[in-house]
Amino acid sequence: MPSANTAASGRPNGFANRINLQQYVVYFGFLAIFLFFAIVLKDSGFLTVRNLSNIVLQTAPATIMAIGLVFVMSAGEIDLSIGSTVAVSALAAAVTMNDYGLVAGVLAGLGAGLLVGLLNGVLVAYVKLPSFLVTLATLGLFAGVSRSMTDLRSIPVTNGTFTGFFGSGAFLGIPSLIWWTVIAVAIGHLIYRETRFGAHVLAVGDNSRAAGVSGISVPRIRLTVLMISGGLAGLAGLLYAGRLQAAKYTLGETDLMTVIAAVIVGGTLLNGGKGSIIGALVGSLMMGMLNNGLILMGLSVSDQMIVRGLIILAAVAVSLREKSR
Amino acid sequence: MTVNAEATQSAPVLRLQDIRKSFGGIVAIENFSLEVYPGEIVALVGDNGAGKSTLIKIISGVHPPTSGTMTIEGETVTMSNATMARAHGIEVVYQDLALADQQSVYMNMFLGREPTNRFGLLDRRRMIDETDKLVKELDVRIPSAHATIRDLSGGQRQGVAIARATHWASKLILLDEPTAALGVAETAKVEEIVQSLKSRNIGVLIISHSLDQVFKLSDRICVLRRGKQIGVRETAKTDKNEIIAMITGLQHS
Ligand SMILES: Nc1ncnc2c1ncn2[C@@H]1O[C@H](COP(=O)(O)OP(=O)(O)O)[C@@H](O)[C@H]1O
Ligand SMILES: [Mg+2]
Repeated sequence: MPSANTAASGRPNGFANRINLQQYVVYFGFLAIFLFFAIVLKDSGFLTVRNLSNIVLQTAPATIMAIGLVFVMSAGEIDLSIGSTVAVSALAAAVTMNDYGLVAGVLAGLGAGLLVGLLNGVLVAYVKLPSFLVTLATLGLFAGVSRSMTDLRSIPVTNGTFTGFFGSGAFLGIPSLIWWTVIAVAIGHLIYRETRFGAHVLAVGDNSRAAGVSGISVPRIRLTVLMISGGLAGLAGLLYAGRLQAAKYTLGETDLMTVIAAVIVGGTLLNGGKGSIIGALVGSLMMGMLNNGLILMGLSVSDQMIVRGLIILAAVAVSLREKSR
Repeated sequence: MTVNAEATQSAPVLRLQDIRKSFGGIVAIENFSLEVYPGEIVALVGDNGAGKSTLIKIISGVHPPTSGTMTIEGETVTMSNATMARAHGIEVVYQDLALADQQSVYMNMFLGREPTNRFGLLDRRRMIDETDKLVKELDVRIPSAHATIRDLSGGQRQGVAIARATHWASKLILLDEPTAALGVAETAKVEEIVQSLKSRNIGVLIISHSLDQVFKLSDRICVLRRGKQIGVRETAKTDKNEIIAMITGLQHS
């Protein structure tokens, strides 16, 4: 319809010259950082298969958490509690498994995550408290629970089936952590992009009043996204416990910032209504690559934090610029 | 259906009888009765606070009336939310349009009512095709069904909101000041679209502050003043002076 554009008055549409920067920034960023490290660190082993696959394995829990956060942020909410949900779930799994076996342990780990999500969800969706405050409180609450649960000790996970399935094992020659990542991303993407639920999540984040008058149950969507996030943080806890063959209250403690950065860099808007699971995956890999490269470059932990902080700032700036355009 | 065309023509899609609505002690609407026929455009006019929006909310199920009866095609209905009104074939174009700005036109057309294929996944093809078809029929000039709402002009957005209502309304469309925020050219376009709804045999109830628009579009005019129905006139048999007098309660001319 070439004539259509000019017919109605109003601001010009300029579809062709308005490629959505924010949506693709993660892919350019990923490539730029990859090329940078590939050149700068070519003698430090960055480009080895071993190092690159290590990056993917290490980012698996963060990627899984990021998928949950894409749903939450797309609905216009936030989940800060994932940082301590990981530890609570891993500890619940480890303690239960040592006493009651594999299946009970796995169910306890996932169940703990879902329960945190349920608590957050009920407070946000039905008590109508802001998710920022609710999940900030539960972040602290469950950080305390995981500490007092274990007296700051580490709980060993010795079940070989568990550590193989969730950690160091492989299936068809592919490490299980990569399987988990691929499966979670694929299912997450399908639900997010191709189901009515995914569309309703975006509608609620975009304009909750419009969603409400269109017959979408806004509270139900808010509850569900927070439960997805809690459940996936629980799964991330299992992956940590499997890979490290132990659970400790420190698990996931430093992941929150990385995960939020991965999701925002990946094209999900802070205020909801728009996002991408694939973008979050690439964002998470980018953050993992960044950590890895900065360590290989010999940066101190504090310098690494500064560089990561600056990248998040840049990402937020792009995100907000797009939103207000 | 066709056999009985005459009969259906003469039966109102909506009949309101002795509607009364009070909020606590405040009576917002009283003794209100009105019928809207298929293919007819009825304008609802009145000063600010007269009760026009409240009436729209009663018909769309947002506020159940305190007393009185509402019938849709002869069937008495009680509705306690907007979903029930939609199930009865009533659609509302809200003053704020209720569009999700960052979603596409076609997702907005099907907001909350997205069709799925046999795998339970969104049937985008169908949504896009039906959007294209309707947008063409109503001559809503948008770049494509894929366009994002926030990239559209005010008139185009209004067009999308009306197109959505048209797609889903089988009986009645309620429009709350559809052109209040639009420029001259866009207003003309939206009026054209509203006019074209007549041929779809849907009843239209439109709130407007512009008497020019009311006289251009409507078949009948219903005047409200402080929650009371002052009268209903056939547009062809009245003039602006009479309507202004009815709205204000003062004699002009
Ligand atoms: N939810 C409500 N609670 C209390 N009073 C209301 C409510 N909605 C409307 N009213 C009152 O009803 C009257 C009619 O309002 P409204 O229908 O918005 O008028 P209009 O749309 O014609 O300008 C006003 O006096 C208004 O204050
Ligand atoms: Mg009003």
